[in-house]
Amino acid sequence: MLLRHTPKEVMDRHAVTINPAKTCQPIGAMYAALGIHGCLPHSHGSQGCCAYHRSALTRHYKEPVSASTSSFTEGASVFGGQSNLLQAIENIFTIYDPEVIAVHTTCLSETIGDDIKQIRDKASKQGLIPEGKHVIYCSTPSYVGSHVTGFSNMCKGMTELSESTGRKNGKVNVLPGWVEPSDMEEIKRLAGLMNVPITLFPDTSGILNGPLTGEYHMFPEGGVTVRELIGAGDAIGTLALGEWCSADAARHLDTKCKVPCKVLDIPFGLAATDRFIDTLRTVAGTSVPDDINRERGQLVDMMSDTAQYYYHKKVALCGDPDQLISMVEFLVSIDMWPVHIVTGTPGKKFEKRIKELTAGIPCEVNVRAAGDMFLLHQWIKNEPVDLLISNTYGKYIARDEDIPFLRFGFPILDRVGHQYFPNVGYKGGLRLLERILGLLLDRKDRDDPETTFELTL
Amino acid sequence: MAIQNKPAQWTAAEVKEELLKKYPPKVARKRSHSIVINEGAAEAPEIQANVRTIPGVITMRGCTYAGCKGVIMGPTRDIVNLVHGPIGCSFYAWLTRRNQTDPGPDGENYMPYAFSTDMQDSDIIFGGEKKLKVAVQEVYDLLHPKAIAIFATCPVGLIGDDIHAVAREMKEKFGDCNVFAFSCEGYKGVSQSAGHHIANNQVFKHLVGTETNVKEGKYKINLLGEYNIGGDEFEINRVLKKCGITNVATFSGNSSYDQFCTAHLADLSCVMCHRSINYVADMLEIKYGIPWIKVNFVGAEGTAKSLRKIGQYFGDKELIDRIEEVIAEELKAVEAALAEVRPHTQGKTSMLFVGGSRAHHYQDLFHEMGMKTLAAGYEFAHRDDYEGRRVIPNLKVDADSRNIEELVVEADPNEYRPRKSEEEKGKLGEAGFKFKDYEGMIPDMEKGSLIIDDLNQYEAEKLIEIIKPDIFCAGIKEKFSIQKLGIPMKQLHSYDYGGPYAGFKGAVNFYHEIDRLLSSRIWGYMKAPWQENPELSATYVWE
Repeated sequence: MLLRHTPKEVMDRHAVTINPAKTCQPIGAMYAALGIHGCLPHSHGSQGCCAYHRSALTRHYKEPVSASTSSFTEGASVFGGQSNLLQAIENIFTIYDPEVIAVHTTCLSETIGDDIKQIRDKASKQGLIPEGKHVIYCSTPSYVGSHVTGFSNMCKGMTELSESTGRKNGKVNVLPGWVEPSDMEEIKRLAGLMNVPITLFPDTSGILNGPLTGEYHMFPEGGVTVRELIGAGDAIGTLALGEWCSADAARHLDTKCKVPCKVLDIPFGLAATDRFIDTLRTVAGTSVPDDINRERGQLVDMMSDTAQYYYHKKVALCGDPDQLISMVEFLVSIDMWPVHIVTGTPGKKFEKRIKELTAGIPCEVNVRAAGDMFLLHQWIKNEPVDLLISNTYGKYIARDEDIPFLRFGFPILDRVGHQYFPNVGYKGGLRLLERILGLLLDRKDRDDPETTFELTL
Repeated sequence: MAIQNKPAQWTAAEVKEELLKKYPPKVARKRSHSIVINEGAAEAPEIQANVRTIPGVITMRGCTYAGCKGVIMGPTRDIVNLVHGPIGCSFYAWLTRRNQTDPGPDGENYMPYAFSTDMQDSDIIFGGEKKLKVAVQEVYDLLHPKAIAIFATCPVGLIGDDIHAVAREMKEKFGDCNVFAFSCEGYKGVSQSAGHHIANNQVFKHLVGTETNVKEGKYKINLLGEYNIGGDEFEINRVLKKCGITNVATFSGNSSYDQFCTAHLADLSCVMCHRSINYVADMLEIKYGIPWIKVNFVGAEGTAKSLRKIGQYFGDKELIDRIEEVIAEELKAVEAALAEVRPHTQGKTSMLFVGGSRAHHYQDLFHEMGMKTLAAGYEFAHRDDYEGRRVIPNLKVDADSRNIEELVVEADPNEYRPRKSEEEKGKLGEAGFKFKDYEGMIPDMEKGSLIIDDLNQYEAEKLIEIIKPDIFCAGIKEKFSIQKLGIPMKQLHSYDYGGPYAGFKGAVNFYHEIDRLLSSRIWGYMKAPWQENPELSATYVWE
């Protein structure tokens, strides 16, 4: 047993988090900022934050992740980090020459009360920001929310660049939420099939799934450009995918530039994808092409072909709110029973939404926001499941309890594929089903006795 | 930027100039002291090290918390590591260092767990001590561990939570659980190094010397500064055991609480990573009379040399003979592996930028394979790790070092027992035996090589562009930008999930791994056929 000290009995805990189901804000801000073309994320705090975030993102993507830090020492922590940030801005533009620096704060700089806007303005006055270059920022104290909140805050920070000229540009803004570069690519492909011009931000495709060519570009081809971000203020509307990840930025854009918005779920699975496509069609005033109808039909076809293997199978899930909501809806739609659901991110409305989605399930459903994987494991010990869905850390539970395990979410440290193969859209739904089915059938093939071992399934 | 195949027509001075060219003047001035050319003089040149990283420069370095909780305390299986702070610091240090661990007969192993107080804004405003106390209590109620270690993260020092008072109070309350704390806020010092020092101090204060139930053995040593990445400690222990040497305590790979507590009963301290653990080695000597020597179990030659050194120290013929037998036996496989890989590795070149000792130790392995190290440097070392301990009296104590506690230790009135008399030490010295000595990296490097402290991303890229080594060694953050350039990159923090690389078997593993990296077909596929031959031929020849 790997987690041999985890007891079955659940003891109420009020202070200690064990095996977290979240991490802190700044890494989300860093990930989002990587989705801007020519952007260097900058961590305003001590070196360790930046090193940890870069390491975690690198392990997840197997790609270079460049980001800089204000390298606080004890002196900066006492006297404030202004001089460190001013120096950093000057050095970054001189040495690395990015289009944008995206500054996020840390618990350190937040606790001492550094005002990034004021420091940025000072840098601007001192001429440290070259003509045509930008410094954007967001506040990401690690002691509030989670990595998801940090992602959302940086998305909101991007909308500070947006301007309204009073003339609409005919484009739709799409905030994809915290999904993989492959998912972002897929969203662009779907919009392309529908002939809807979109501004997708952030967009990490091309940046965190780059090719090996013998050349290294610190700022690869991909990412939303500053021009596009400025233009986002003239869009006809914004689709924000994920209440937790994307809604704040979309609403801010509405307030600032009068771009109306609609908050949708991240399009994992049939129903959420249907809503996304239908909304995009409606706001852009186009029709849905046959190609997409066919993709949808293929997903429904696979669902029906393999339905018997999902039926009433119990699932435990751990991850981030927006991803879990769509995933739970998808599982319920194929007659699976998500019975234990944990996110580390706080928010009671998560629990409410999951309760609504699972209302029709004839067994008890445990759901917890601001929970941890220790609790999830204990729930599983009390009510075993047929499938576990979580980030890589779930593998310890999966091995101990001998449960088929689907890696989904952040971080995935021990498998590849998420960089390249999407989970969103109908194609993504096919991939999710393929993987779930493979896990369930591999288990059946492993466990079936000789007498009932099947050739065809 | 693309790598061109060009002959090596550069001098170290030209490379240095190129590295500094793009920097703003102040940055260039500061960096120039950290980039040193080895002229091959009798005395190593002075290098600037252990100074602040320049803000905005993309550094490899981490923080004090990482050095304390991640490196030194992380590998011990039966101490609950409770991180007091926002969730991230605990999350990122959760199982990411590859410290392998044998859960032992008692099975007490908290390595796969991450414990945090997950501080919220209300804790920052009103103070987090109360929450910390409840968290310690909850850990105790749930797990009843023999020890709980509390680690401070950045905001804890700023808001003034007294974690040491909490530790004292809870330790007294429990009676059967040692609770102690580390003020290892990330902003202290200039790198992980400060965290090593803080960890050393607290381990020495709260653990060492508290138990007397020591392992039996004729030749008892401590192995200091070995973290069992990829199973290195398993292999070193296998070799030691085979020689009949008893390892009382490893600091801290594959270690348990009891090992720290009985370390004062060993008769010799063997220091692997000088940077991270020399403080404990010194304190063990002053308080308990245990001398220390520098060893290096990375590389087959180094391993043999280190074993012989241990044999010479104990001076027992039985042990010395046994060590020679073991070396002879083990070297057979080493020599066979070398014969296999050397045709592919001989004459190839490497660069190593990592750690506080690995960039030095791993040069031995490359040397054994006939490879040349063109440039090397540490991420968080001090001048003595480059130039040797002779420079210690002249080291400047700056503001960043001054705030790290220096423990004042005296000989213990009851427990101090000099393992060697001054006369015995003198005799060993005459025979060339060196106590408490480390000559550093530079004297082992070739003339004309470059030594660069706290290398950053820009400089790494430039080095590769100009020098084009056959292999580059650093950490995960550097891995893929290097490999995008088509240069194989070997992680020497995590070993790319391989290992062990220490000891004799480790050396064999490493030879094969480097051979694989250098000989892999993968690097030949970067250009498509139409990119290599873009011209369309006039007529296509059909079958």
